[in-house]
Amino acid sequence: MSIEIALVGNQNSGKTTLFNQMTGSSLNVGNFPGTTVEKKEGIVKHHHEVKVVDLPGVYSLSPYTEEERITRDCLLHAEADVVVNVIDATCFERSLYLTLQVIEMNFPTVLAVNMMDELRASGRHLDMEGLQQALGIPVVPISAFRGEGIEELVIAAMTSAKNHTLPRKMDFCSGPAHKAIHSIAHIIEDAAVGAKLPIRFSACKLVEGDDEIKEMLALSEGDSQMVEMLVAEMEQRLGTDRDAAIADMRYAFIEQYCCPFLKGKSVDKGQSRSIKIDKLLTHRILAMPIFVGIMGVIFYLTFGLIGPIFNDWMAAGVAEITALTETILVDLGLNPVVQSLIIDGAFAGVGSILSFLPTIILLFFFLALLEGSGYMARVAFVFDHLLRKIGLSGRSFVPMLLGFGCTVPAVMSTRTLGSDRDRKMTILLLPFMSCSAKLPIYSVFTMAFFDHYRSLVMISLYVGGILVGILCALLMKHTVFRGSPMPFLMELPSYRIPDKKVVAMNLWQETRDFITRAFTVIFAASIVIWVLQSFDLTWHQVADSGDSMLAGFGKILAPIFAPLGFGDWRCSTALVTGLMSKETVISTFSILVGAGDSVALASSLGSIFTPLSAFSFLIFTLLYMPCVASFAVTRRELGSLGKALLASGFQTAVAWICAFLFYQIASLII
Amino acid sequence: MTLNEMKAGESGVIEAVHCEKILRRRLLDMGLTPKTRIMVRKVAPLGDPMEVSLRGYELTLRKDDASNIEVKEVRPCLLK
Repeated sequence: MSIEIALVGNQNSGKTTLFNQMTGSSLNVGNFPGTTVEKKEGIVKHHHEVKVVDLPGVYSLSPYTEEERITRDCLLHAEADVVVNVIDATCFERSLYLTLQVIEMNFPTVLAVNMMDELRASGRHLDMEGLQQALGIPVVPISAFRGEGIEELVIAAMTSAKNHTLPRKMDFCSGPAHKAIHSIAHIIEDAAVGAKLPIRFSACKLVEGDDEIKEMLALSEGDSQMVEMLVAEMEQRLGTDRDAAIADMRYAFIEQYCCPFLKGKSVDKGQSRSIKIDKLLTHRILAMPIFVGIMGVIFYLTFGLIGPIFNDWMAAGVAEITALTETILVDLGLNPVVQSLIIDGAFAGVGSILSFLPTIILLFFFLALLEGSGYMARVAFVFDHLLRKIGLSGRSFVPMLLGFGCTVPAVMSTRTLGSDRDRKMTILLLPFMSCSAKLPIYSVFTMAFFDHYRSLVMISLYVGGILVGILCALLMKHTVFRGSPMPFLMELPSYRIPDKKVVAMNLWQETRDFITRAFTVIFAASIVIWVLQSFDLTWHQVADSGDSMLAGFGKILAPIFAPLGFGDWRCSTALVTGLMSKETVISTFSILVGAGDSVALASSLGSIFTPLSAFSFLIFTLLYMPCVASFAVTRRELGSLGKALLASGFQTAVAWICAFLFYQIASLII
Repeated sequence: MTLNEMKAGESGVIEAVHCEKILRRRLLDMGLTPKTRIMVRKVAPLGDPMEVSLRGYELTLRKDDASNIEVKEVRPCLLK
């Protein structure tokens, strides 16, 4: 018999660390993208018949957010056999609020009290036996970080699942709320059994005014009126409304019957340490300079110091393998066309992308450290006010920043944003943050046309991207994303040492995703581009790529760019190949003008561009749709090809308009 | 007095939460129920949002949202 355990808990309760401890290795972990939030599954180590599912972190089981809905549905439809509710012992009171709601669902439940090591260190003690009695479910103390109590927890969960042990019947309520819940439970009993809903849970939800449950119950007109009458009576007696009544009831139960088991109410050590660290890191004046410093160091290490070394090794390795394959292909005496397809198409395309892998891993490593330590939450706290002005919240700040490195990890990191609206808006704006792959284009063009104003041109491009991003955000805020942004309610977790396994697993997943992408999307795209630039329309191999289908295609597109000042077919061709990866713009130009190195290229670009059209071209490159790798992740994160295409179309339109305005206005002035 | 008017270090007791349903529900879920003791830990460098301490944990919320929360018995900062 197989058993499925569902992990339910607040954000920051250590669920993911526990998940990693339970599964042991990351080999069995799979992602299930597509929905807006991820759900991870794995096999429990030493118990191969047991599967564990990590549900998104939630604070309540109301149906207002996607995460809460997923958790709620998992319990309502009995998708798992047992729930392990993970709570953080150091924020015991708030954590139990969710526990009470989980117990109400009347489902086999085990409570895992996590962070016991921190609780002990702060000189406090929790009476497990007492808590177990008060809640009516098995309670297991654990420390996921240290791997304590994991086996006991798995055994307890398996026992509950096998015996289908339901929480002991008990009352969390008192006074008028108690009366209302019990009277309603009585009225809806048959309806709840019919709809396969837990009775007490349904009654509570009706008191709270949960429309979804009301619909599922399909009460008769008379019953429905009776329920509303009982609620109105309760509201009158309590002098408060239905939502507050139930929240108050749950917290009152926790304060009265659970809090006494936590002994030695000194200030939490971790918390007082965090307060001290925060004095510096969220300091009124120093907070922002410190942040800039930290990000500066990370960018320097990733893109300046360490990254390039690894990238070169990777590139050298890829070159070795390519050379070796080429020799083998020649030895085999294969058709030269097939040889070219493999070497110039597949290897060149996939290889050039693979050499970025180290940079991405490094960036994600630092990101995981910041996230795991709790600093990211502070960054959101410090910068919320700025981002709010453009309709986003502080949480979008870090993805935006990563966008200057590479759009791919930046888009992936939007998963940590709480609201779907913020996520979509951030993903749409990210490509305007000029990514590092566009740097070679800027360098070659400034060398060719603006040699004396290099840094000025560079800065204007970066700042220009940000400004366009802000303008688009303001536009979206008043049009597509009008709705009110999610309230910014965020727990500030205590600073902790990041968990090695969580960091390692994150890195492994990103690496795997990236490699998968390189060998699927990018592999296919490379071959397509190779075919397009090697053959003409009659499928004859061309000696000069100027006669190829790609060039033909470029010539068709060229008139579109004429009003921007660069109607030459080579420009449109370069821009199209730039969709592979932005550096390709430069390599395409090199091939098309027959330049051997970047200096030769810079001088021959003078025949295609004027300084004015060159700058217009730079504006277009800065803003137009990102490369296929980014497009692939955008598609995945937005959940549909149509939306991703729409996003790319929007970005390209913005690029065209900006370059057009610049070129036309500047032509009038100069 | 409302929560957004409190200064860093001051503490008070929540009297009521008045706002639209979803936000209110979230505030209540996070433990901002009437009669709860709450302390303002600090305000972000740009003047918004604010960090409060309640029920043994730290929560960040915007001043706009905090203006829906009525507090009473506000006491000045005890420890500097």
